[in-house]
Amino acid sequence: MRRYILAFALLLTAPLAAFGAGGHGPELQEADIDLKDQASLQRGAKYFVNYCMGCHSLKYMRYNRMAQDLGIPDDELRRSLILGDAKPGDVMTNSLRPEDGVKWFGTEIPDLTLVTRWRSPDWVYSYLKAYYLDDSRPYGVNNLVFPDVGMPHPFVHLQGLQQPVFAEGHLAEGEAGHVIGVELVEPGQLTPEEYDTMVLDLTNFLTYVGEPYKLERRSLGLYVLLFLGLMFILAYFLKKEYWRDIH
Amino acid sequence: MSIETAQPVPTGVLGWFDKRFPIVRVWNEHLAEYYAPKNMGFWSFFGSLALVVLVIQLVTGIWLAMSYKPSAAEAFASVEYIMRDVNWGWLIRYMHSTGASFFFIMVYLHMFRGLMWGSYKKPRELLWIIGVILYLAMMATAFFGYLLPWGQMSYWGAQVIVNLFAAVPGVGEDLSVWVRGDYVISDTTLNRFFAFHFLLPFVLAALVFLHIVALHRVGSTNPDGIEIKENKDEKGIPKDGIPFHPYYTVKDLVGVIVFFAIFSLVVFYAPDFGGLFLEAPNFQPADPLKTPEHIAPVWYFTPFYAMLRAVPPIAGSQFPGVVVMFAAIAILFLLPWLDRSPVRSIRYKGILSKVFLGAFVVSFVVLAYLGLMPSSDLYTLLAQIFTVVYFAYFLLMPIYTKLEKTKPVPERVTL
Repeated sequence: MRRYILAFALLLTAPLAAFGAGGHGPELQEADIDLKDQASLQRGAKYFVNYCMGCHSLKYMRYNRMAQDLGIPDDELRRSLILGDAKPGDVMTNSLRPEDGVKWFGTEIPDLTLVTRWRSPDWVYSYLKAYYLDDSRPYGVNNLVFPDVGMPHPFVHLQGLQQPVFAEGHLAEGEAGHVIGVELVEPGQLTPEEYDTMVLDLTNFLTYVGEPYKLERRSLGLYVLLFLGLMFILAYFLKKEYWRDIH
Repeated sequence: MSIETAQPVPTGVLGWFDKRFPIVRVWNEHLAEYYAPKNMGFWSFFGSLALVVLVIQLVTGIWLAMSYKPSAAEAFASVEYIMRDVNWGWLIRYMHSTGASFFFIMVYLHMFRGLMWGSYKKPRELLWIIGVILYLAMMATAFFGYLLPWGQMSYWGAQVIVNLFAAVPGVGEDLSVWVRGDYVISDTTLNRFFAFHFLLPFVLAALVFLHIVALHRVGSTNPDGIEIKENKDEKGIPKDGIPFHPYYTVKDLVGVIVFFAIFSLVVFYAPDFGGLFLEAPNFQPADPLKTPEHIAPVWYFTPFYAMLRAVPPIAGSQFPGVVVMFAAIAILFLLPWLDRSPVRSIRYKGILSKVFLGAFVVSFVVLAYLGLMPSSDLYTLLAQIFTVVYFAYFLLMPIYTKLEKTKPVPERVTL
């Protein structure tokens, strides 16, 4: 019996262990996500509405759901987060036309409701910190995490200017080296620590938006498991009782 | 037990129904007086658990269909609507997406049990074949269902699979257009896949019914591979048999609760399962103009996908790969006649059977992994080697089951 359970466990975990071995692309910085930190989420919501929502929508997220989950009072929501004539029950869209995005940035501007789910929170966090000066790009900046990105640096006045750090090694005349990192050359309005906190708040908010029911899911799960644990004890002894006479 | 006396004639409400429908007879034949071997143990859980997952999928599926919109313009948004605006929608949807993967986990374990116990051998050939048809119907259902969220992986995964039909010489192109209803995966394709995804579960349910009817005709087997019907007492009851109800119903109840605990751990704490159960690119709406860097089917199809990629094209045609891939499943139908061993269970077979079964399991897991990964020279070579191992298990079976020395099978089951 024990042998079989072991075999069963191995069968289940073998593909998982194998799967964990994959992965490529630049190394991402870990975003310290805390969905219970309402102050951080509220700041993130404010940054998003002020800096991002001109172009990026959250078309599956409703204002009032956000306000309720983030502990934002209704009057505060109407006063500082709902711009234009949207109603609290509306989804968080903007008035930008998709074809204008293509015209201005060369690509359709993505909706960000699920960005932390198809990228990852770490990706968003690292991406927002990885802009560097690059004269060859239309907006003068490039990104280490998303090479040749169409979007200009949205927080350049806050973060300041970063320049690329190239890999050491022998390069031929005129050949650009491989960018391995970035360093700040001209500070912005925020210190690097303040900027990190801001970007983390924004990432935290977008992680919440990607799955608003995540906290509810986890807390409900605990009750379900406790109930099943209780049921298991009952069923186990019921089975034992019935099977007592089987030899 | 009740078998000692003649069956009492039911009266009252039960009597009224029983005169018009054989409730008592069905109950007895299939539960209270269906005798199952008393030594079935751990591996016998997965058949009933597969049935439990089927029920989960049917119930959650109906509720999803109440809010889902099978159109290219609305499908993706309707899934997010279910996840966010429908009461308990996230729970229903995660149960369904997790259920799909768990269905395959349960069925793979159930099939592995069949291979270990030799459950396909005479007189259970038809039972096994119905099971393989069930597996095929299940794969079709999963394939149709995976398009419905209309994410990037849904779209491009379906594109790749439907293109397999295009590899058929001569009629391929026309065939793939006929399957899609269009030259590319489109709104029409989504609509018909939804229709099939809704229809096939009924076929599955009917096949499960046939599977159980066939099982109850021949009887359950056990880790010893002994026919308990060959050793009956004076009342005609197998000496090593116990009534399915209550013994195995209370036992399976324990299994069901443990199953739900593991299932809940995934649903509530890791519904993506690290990108295996819900693939990250599928959180992006389908874009026919943007091919993802790396397209991989969901994990339960990847062993076959790895085989497809492992076979080199002949004269520029992928057809040989497609043939190998389908042969990998079709060969299961022949299994009852490939096994020439005089004994049924792996317990009494020789070392060769054990080695080959072990190698088969390893090849299946490795191929599943390789199918998830982008291909490289090394991975292609590995996939070729393990494809050969996979087929060797079946094709060499008539030889190694004949060659090896088996152990003596006991008269009665062992606990």
